Amino acid sequence: MRGGSKVVIERAQLVEEIRAVLQEVKDPEIPSISIVELGMLDTVEVEGTKARIQAKPTFVGCPALDIIKKNIVNAVIGLEGIDEVEVKYVYDPPWTTDSISEGGKEKLKVYGIAPPPSEHTPGEPWHIDCPYCGSTYTTMENIFGPTACRSILYCRSCKNPFEAMKPVANI
Amino acid sequence: MIFETKEELKQHTKAYEAAKALLYQLADDDFMIAYRGSEWLGLAPHIEEDVAFSSISQDTMGHAVMYYQLLEELGEGKADDISHLRNPVEYRNAIILEEKNGTGTYLEKPDYDWAFAVVRNLFYDYAKTIRLQSLKDSSYKPLAHIARRVIGEEYYHLMHWELWFKQLMQSTPEARQRMEAAIERVWDEFDGVLTLGPEGEAMNEYSLISSEQNLRDRWVEKVQHILSEVDYKIERKPGMKSGNGRMGEHTEDLNQALSILSEVYRTDPVTSW
Repeated sequence: MRGGSKVVIERAQLVEEIRAVLQEVKDPEIPSISIVELGMLDTVEVEGTKARIQAKPTFVGCPALDIIKKNIVNAVIGLEGIDEVEVKYVYDPPWTTDSISEGGKEKLKVYGIAPPPSEHTPGEPWHIDCPYCGSTYTTMENIFGPTACRSILYCRSCKNPFEAMKPVANI
Repeated sequence: MIFETKEELKQHTKAYEAAKALLYQLADDDFMIAYRGSEWLGLAPHIEEDVAFSSISQDTMGHAVMYYQLLEELGEGKADDISHLRNPVEYRNAIILEEKNGTGTYLEKPDYDWAFAVVRNLFYDYAKTIRLQSLKDSSYKPLAHIARRVIGEEYYHLMHWELWFKQLMQSTPEARQRMEAAIERVWDEFDGVLTLGPEGEAMNEYSLISSEQNLRDRWVEKVQHILSEVDYKIERKPGMKSGNGRMGEHTEDLNQALSILSEVYRTDPVTSW
């Protein structure tokens, strides 16, 4: 019995270590934020020396998904006690912009991206403050931006162009 | 009846066949309109539209990938093979979605019709949104989960085309005339999108999706609403003039699209692209 509980503790420690290294896996298109802060990480399981990770894609057509998958494998395979990593994208529960952590939202601003509003109701106006100066005096230039999840805006106050992450709700 | 997994679905042959037929329609519709959209890159009316339209096309292509992956899970072969290596008669997209953007090609003398692009995309996004709302409650849960995700993105596409549609319909007389011509043209083919094909009844019987009639009525209501906002009216029912893509009927335009789309993949399907 003693041996059994030791294995359970080791496994729990390994899961914690995996979660910790995944903090270092960044979004390839927004390098200031990790996939954990983005709310993409769903479950982490360890069985023997195999890690099973389930992740929630942000935008389903995002071309960075394959790169993120590869980066997860590379980060986890380096851990002692793991020789196999399986990453699977799951759609239930769904990712929404409410999955992004508060810390993650601050880190989006560092990269010049205004975070999405919390609990946004589709169809209602979406207030976006400038991530640089905090002004609400901003205009939407293009709801579609350089990546699927971002829009292009302009701050009339500090005169900087900036981006905002589109709210994605569970409609 | 609820099918939580592919294994549960496979136990009911009729539901399994109907689900595959539905997935081919969903996948091929998105695949074709996304391809035609991508051909506009660099040719859209202004640079911001280039950014927006290519983003929409990329998203839509991503949605097609989701459906092709569901087909792969159901044993139809590799998603890349399904999308690239079938014969044209095996495609189940509606004909209006495969039609060329205009004369010429994106490389040579493109004379593309922006009014046609706006109307085709708007009408399609209404149909797609209505379908997704129904699919969220599909008896096949893996499909319902994907529909829930896709609909959150689809929302922005629809908003985009509604804006273009209203602005051009209320713009210059020439714009109005071109838009009206595009509406008439798309309307007479659009039943090709609205039909669920020969397997439609089975799809509804197993609650994979609502009935074709219900989906069609909701679409007509939506489109008539936006038409009335810009003082336009169509009395007749939507048609299917060039044939039924759900039964493998297609035009030369599909062959042309597929030959370009799969040109690279066909050179070496074994390589990891």
